[in-house]
Amino acid sequence: MTTFLGLPGRPGRPGSRQSPSEPPHAPRGVGHLRAADPFPVAARRALADAQLRRNLSKATTTIRAKRAAVVSELPDWEELRAAGEAIKAATMADLDRYLGQLEVAVTARGGTVHWARDAIEAGNIVTALVQAAGATEVVKVKSLATDEIGLNDALAAAGIAAYETDLAELIVQLGHDRPSHILVPAIHRNRSEIRDIFLREMGDVSPDLTDDPAALAEAARQHLRRKFLSATVGISGANFGVAETGTLCVVESEGNGRMCVTLPQTLITVMGIEKVIPSWADLGVFLQLLPRSSTGERMNPYTSMWTGVTPGDGPQSVHLVLLDNGRTAALADPVGRAALHCIRCSACLNVCPVYERTGGHAYGSVYPGPIGAVLSPQLTGIEDNASLPYASSLCGACYDVCPVKINIPELLVHLRARHVEEARRTHRLPSAEAITMAAASYLLADPGRLAAAQSASRSGRLLGRRGKITALPPPLAAWTRARDAPVPPPQTFRQWWHSQHGDDRGGPAPGDRSDRSDRSDQ
Amino acid sequence: MHSIVGDVTRIALFATCLADTLFPDVPRATVTLLERLGHEVVFPAEQTCCGQMHINTGYQRAALPLIRRYVDTFEPYEVIVAPSGSCVGSIGHQHAMVARRHDDEELARRAEAVAARTYELSQLLTDVLGVEDVGAHYPHRVTYHPTCHSLRLLAVGDRPLRLLRRVSGIDLVPLPDADVCCGFGGTFAVKNADTSTAMLADKMRSVLATRAEVCTAGDSSCLMHIGGGLSRLRAGVKTVHLAEILASTAGAGQGAPAAVSR
Ligand code: SF4
Repeated sequence: MTTFLGLPGRPGRPGSRQSPSEPPHAPRGVGHLRAADPFPVAARRALADAQLRRNLSKATTTIRAKRAAVVSELPDWEELRAAGEAIKAATMADLDRYLGQLEVAVTARGGTVHWARDAIEAGNIVTALVQAAGATEVVKVKSLATDEIGLNDALAAAGIAAYETDLAELIVQLGHDRPSHILVPAIHRNRSEIRDIFLREMGDVSPDLTDDPAALAEAARQHLRRKFLSATVGISGANFGVAETGTLCVVESEGNGRMCVTLPQTLITVMGIEKVIPSWADLGVFLQLLPRSSTGERMNPYTSMWTGVTPGDGPQSVHLVLLDNGRTAALADPVGRAALHCIRCSACLNVCPVYERTGGHAYGSVYPGPIGAVLSPQLTGIEDNASLPYASSLCGACYDVCPVKINIPELLVHLRARHVEEARRTHRLPSAEAITMAAASYLLADPGRLAAAQSASRSGRLLGRRGKITALPPPLAAWTRARDAPVPPPQTFRQWWHSQHGDDRGGPAPGDRSDRSDRSDQ
Repeated sequence: MHSIVGDVTRIALFATCLADTLFPDVPRATVTLLERLGHEVVFPAEQTCCGQMHINTGYQRAALPLIRRYVDTFEPYEVIVAPSGSCVGSIGHQHAMVARRHDDEELARRAEAVAARTYELSQLLTDVLGVEDVGAHYPHRVTYHPTCHSLRLLAVGDRPLRLLRRVSGIDLVPLPDADVCCGFGGTFAVKNADTSTAMLADKMRSVLATRAEVCTAGDSSCLMHIGGGLSRLRAGVKTVHLAEILASTAGAGQGAPAAVSR
């Protein structure tokens, strides 16, 4: 599927490299999907921050153990994962139909559905709805989609103040900071840092505030209470949207979400189009997979569901903004689209050895970690996040834990190939790396050429002293900054084999005879 | 995985380009070990490289001739072994995928057939040849790093440990946080050298905590990474491939565990 229902074609925006026939990517200059620096540069900064390393290591170690414990309780965990994967794959294959069904169901129950091609349109739609409600303040449930599109900035530009009500999101907002984790946005902060932020930024907090977690939560509760009671507009994301009934679902731990979706008169939900699921029965699968994978709980404390408007109860003006912002472009890639299966549990972040050491900010997107490395480049176009698919050692720990079995290492390898292929098409001169790879392929494609290169590489023995090389020339200099490199041995395996078996194919290189004699004891 | 215990006589060795060039003692040890167990080992000289580095760096088109060469070279053999979890992982999980991505269904099918007969060393020994006690002797304190591709792509599980436990004289100590990546990741170690080094530091911390004199694994590439770090720190710990330990016997070069040319 390359066209998207309900969004009429429109010429690409200026600055977009795409042809008008391709689905558009998330636009530049708005929202939080693009990094200021390539991953290796941002990671280097993060790696030097001892406090960050300590905070992340402590938090991810704890949550990993919790997840592992509750997942091991379920004998049918692998079947549940397979079911989750199958539902998502089937939904993506028929996404236009399910979205149409969702729109009809929401509308039939008194809700209003809006279609947003991208971050800019979504921001305009939400701003207009808030203005129509006559509000200058909104309360927000933690939502990745609204952060992705930079909604708070769009509202602020229209004079509307958005208050984050999730504790961690509040810490980030008060700290003038960016989220660094999709579930625990302030995972990079420890409790004494949080106390300092509260003391500095909350006008109404007691100066005796301690860093006891209960005291911090109570301070946040007091701070937010007035906002909950006065706000007339609530804004949320959605974990799931059920096509058959038009029901939207938010899963959370603190109860702030429940307040936001029940107290205000107007409720606006921004939902990525990939969050639709076909039926109630499907919801049952995901509500088993999500809490165990994300917070390591058997069930999360609050699961809020609403279907259009219930007269006399809860918000009387209910809106659903369906957001594309590059998702259709991801859907157009039959391999890459698996990234859209993500239910944002964050298990892949918590097990990732790269994320654990660099933290979320290094990825430069609201979606960090392994899933971010495969999702962000697809939403923005690979060129705009070109370092992310390489920000992984391909260890595969993410794939093992993913509740919907997204094969993230395979997607990373796929996106690397797309990046190289797109670069080949658009750049006239090949990069140094492309030349190196082509040369290596040429040498390795033939055993005779390989044997010749092996002989030449033994000139590398000149670089080495006492059996190791401590400094290599570029591009391998990065290797020897922290590691010694092996000195090529006097004889390759191929030559040894030949010396033993006299097989002339693959033959010996000149000059190995003396090498062989000093190893005659073997 | 098919089990053909007992009737394997001839085994084709895929040495891997890295071990062939830089760590020849590893494929040599593989030959020594398998011959000692009574099997004939052949080294098809037309072999070169599995193409993993190209594939994982995004250069799939450049990997195609390497895949074709691997398939052409090893197609005639019933049982193929490589002393590398990541190369066998690439052969099994990537060769056919790359061929299909380039619309070569015929190569993809052939690649799948050859991959199904290609075993990592510990798989070959335990599943195909049905041995755990290979008659090795190695009187050293050793810790085993499972390597990600052996552990996750190939799911070799405890096969290497079962083999190591039967080695006489060995003092095998568990590695803390063994399943965490060492940070190698092929070109990741160069493209993201700082992050790779941070991961390596934690792996070395775990290795040193065991007070082992030898760190072993089933992959020369990860060992090159860990060993390169330990060597730089003058840590006094050697990296030795699993094949070399299993090839060792009483009286054969037991003095020093420094079997890797470094
Ligand atoms: S990719 Fe999988 S593990 Fe990662 S956040 Fe999404 S659902 Fe969770």
